[in-house]
Amino acid sequence: MKELYNVSASPHVRSGVTTRSIMRDVAIALIPASAMGVYRFGFKAFLVLLSAVVSAILSEYLWTKFVLKKKICFTECSALVTGLLLGMNLPASVPLWMPVVGSAFAIIVAKEFFGGLGQNFMNPALAGRCFLVICFAGRMTDFAVEKSSRLFYYGASAVDGLSSATPLAVIKDGGAYSLKDMFLGFTGGVIGETSALCILIGAIYLLVRKVISLRIPVAYIATVAVFMLIFGGHGCDINYVACHLCGGGLMLGAWFMATDYVTSPITKAGQVVFGILLGLLTGVIRVFGNSAEGVSYAIIFCNLLVPFIERFTMPRAFGVVKVKKQKGGAAK
Amino acid sequence: MKKGTFKGGVHPYEGKELSMNKPTVQLLPKGLLVYPMSQHIGAPAKPIVAVGDRVLMGQTIAEAGGFVSSPIAASVSGTVKEIRPALTVSGAMATAIVIENDNKYEPVEGLGQSRDYTKLSKQEIRDIVRDAGIVGMGGAGFPTFIKLTPKDDDAITHIIVNGSECEPYLTSDYRMMKEEGEKLVDGLRIILQLFDKAEGVIAIEDNKPEAIAKMEKLVQNEKRIRVQVVKTKYPEGSERQLIYAVTGRKINSSMLPADAGCIVNNVDTVISIHMAVAECTPLIRRIVTVSGDAVVNPQNFCVKTGTLYSEVLEAAGGFTEKPKKLISGGTMMGMSLFDTNVPVTKTSSALLAFKEDPMDLVPEGPCIRCGRCVDACPENLIPQMLMAAAEKFNDAKFEAVSGMECMECGSCTYVCPAGRKLTQALKQTRRSILDNRKKK
Repeated sequence: MKELYNVSASPHVRSGVTTRSIMRDVAIALIPASAMGVYRFGFKAFLVLLSAVVSAILSEYLWTKFVLKKKICFTECSALVTGLLLGMNLPASVPLWMPVVGSAFAIIVAKEFFGGLGQNFMNPALAGRCFLVICFAGRMTDFAVEKSSRLFYYGASAVDGLSSATPLAVIKDGGAYSLKDMFLGFTGGVIGETSALCILIGAIYLLVRKVISLRIPVAYIATVAVFMLIFGGHGCDINYVACHLCGGGLMLGAWFMATDYVTSPITKAGQVVFGILLGLLTGVIRVFGNSAEGVSYAIIFCNLLVPFIERFTMPRAFGVVKVKKQKGGAAK
Repeated sequence: MKKGTFKGGVHPYEGKELSMNKPTVQLLPKGLLVYPMSQHIGAPAKPIVAVGDRVLMGQTIAEAGGFVSSPIAASVSGTVKEIRPALTVSGAMATAIVIENDNKYEPVEGLGQSRDYTKLSKQEIRDIVRDAGIVGMGGAGFPTFIKLTPKDDDAITHIIVNGSECEPYLTSDYRMMKEEGEKLVDGLRIILQLFDKAEGVIAIEDNKPEAIAKMEKLVQNEKRIRVQVVKTKYPEGSERQLIYAVTGRKINSSMLPADAGCIVNNVDTVISIHMAVAECTPLIRRIVTVSGDAVVNPQNFCVKTGTLYSEVLEAAGGFTEKPKKLISGGTMMGMSLFDTNVPVTKTSSALLAFKEDPMDLVPEGPCIRCGRCVDACPENLIPQMLMAAAEKFNDAKFEAVSGMECMECGSCTYVCPAGRKLTQALKQTRRSILDNRKKK
């Protein structure tokens, strides 16, 4: 019998975009901010990022191989992105076992326990970070600033190290901080968050590649700005608002963590609502809360609201007219 | 003029350059001609000839099997060899009349005579269109005379000729507009004669500048006809999306175009109306694009209905190498073939052959909720949720998230980075829900 041709239901073509290419784009977009982190905080920062990434990939590998006993499938590269993001959310001063533990928690507990890629309800990198913050609070807030770009630097006790508070903490205590330093990234903080400029470069790359849309980040950042204008207690001080936008994890969170596909709403209106809620929550935590930072908690909290947001933001199908509820007897 | 368009949609590789610059070639069949009784939406036609009868070209060989049905005419002269089940494009067997061609092409009386349609009444025109067996030649095959008989003629404001040809690789409508634009305008005039208050709009995508220029020149002196340029995007040629692009009116799955004051016809359909009304020729031919990277000479053919695809393929020089996939119709909504021994019907717009099957290359991965399907859906649905409901066989949920509005255009599967077969799952669920409704 002669050979038959392939048969399948339409459509018969695909666009070239794959999960792998998306994850690769995100990883590329994170390079400027990571590079800035390494430049600022020295080789130690590189080691932190590396151990976070290696641990994330290894955790996924071991889990799929020995627990799920499935064929290993790394084509998605998502563990790499999770690991990198977690690393970028740690201060350079942490001991290297911390990124390892954090990544393992992110991948195994936050992601695989809930069904793996696409099923986690909470951003794994942020879950890993929050886990570390809660367990090892002291080490997670030790923001040592490396003054010289010495290659080897292991922790806050090094001679050149300067322990400093993050700009947001300074502002919260009533101090002032140079906006230019904050925008370029010459401040204290975790490895990947300090330079708003580098993060924006990566964000523009993602926008150009159509990996993310403006809906979540713009709604988020705009809400924070408005919130700070109203509740910040500094009136119409643009400098103060700008410091809040560039400071802390807002830029990294808004462009790279809040936009995580899996844990953000899929409806377009929902994404705007999600961004606004994030902004409000971040503002509340920063202004009224104990902590100077609020982005991580705001994001993981709003992650939990996603199904709820989607439910109330379902779009109406093309051409479908909303049926008006008829009031009893009125039709007669 | 402003380009009409709609929200959503995708833009796959067009592949039109393969065949768009070659003139259409007349193709005369060599072997048997097969006429399946079901070439349209509705009841199958009923054969009115018997085995051994001699038939003439243009002679009706099967009559309409109901109101929503369409007669079928012989495209050659010859002898009825058998009436038997035959393989059709969909892969199913259907009763078909098989005619042995005598190569004389002897016409029935009056075939090809010119007729002054301006003297015909509206009812006469509709009857001619019905008896000529004209159906929507864009792919759906809805009997055209029903479209042309809305409840209220005066409520129709737009007669839209769908020249957008948004499916990749297809160039048959483009060639027709370039080569037989006069007939197209004339066909549109005939339709406009039925609707006093309507305006004729020829909608063409902006990737066909030559067709736009040609049609604009032809309608220069037509008071009731204009050309509307629409954006090149798939599925611009979908009825609902095209109506929106031209008029800004929206219809949903439970409405007819006439509810928005529109009637949409494909280019080849309008030319067939011209041929039936002005030239007394029933629907016995259609333009078929043969294209794809596995075809030696991609081009368009004017094919007699009933000709086997294998003959059309041979006329295009055959395969450069053995293809993996054969498609009848476009790459987005066409049907794949496992055999080329199926006949060209009234709705066969193309035969495409590809060396690779892209659906084979990407393994299906988990959904990462990226939302690309949401951006692509021209019906403003959430395909991701529809698929989740479909996978759980949750029909109630599927309907609650407007699943029945899906028109199976394929955009969601096209964009899905995880390689998920969304359209396919949606299609299956929709069909099963429709079947269950019928049972009740």
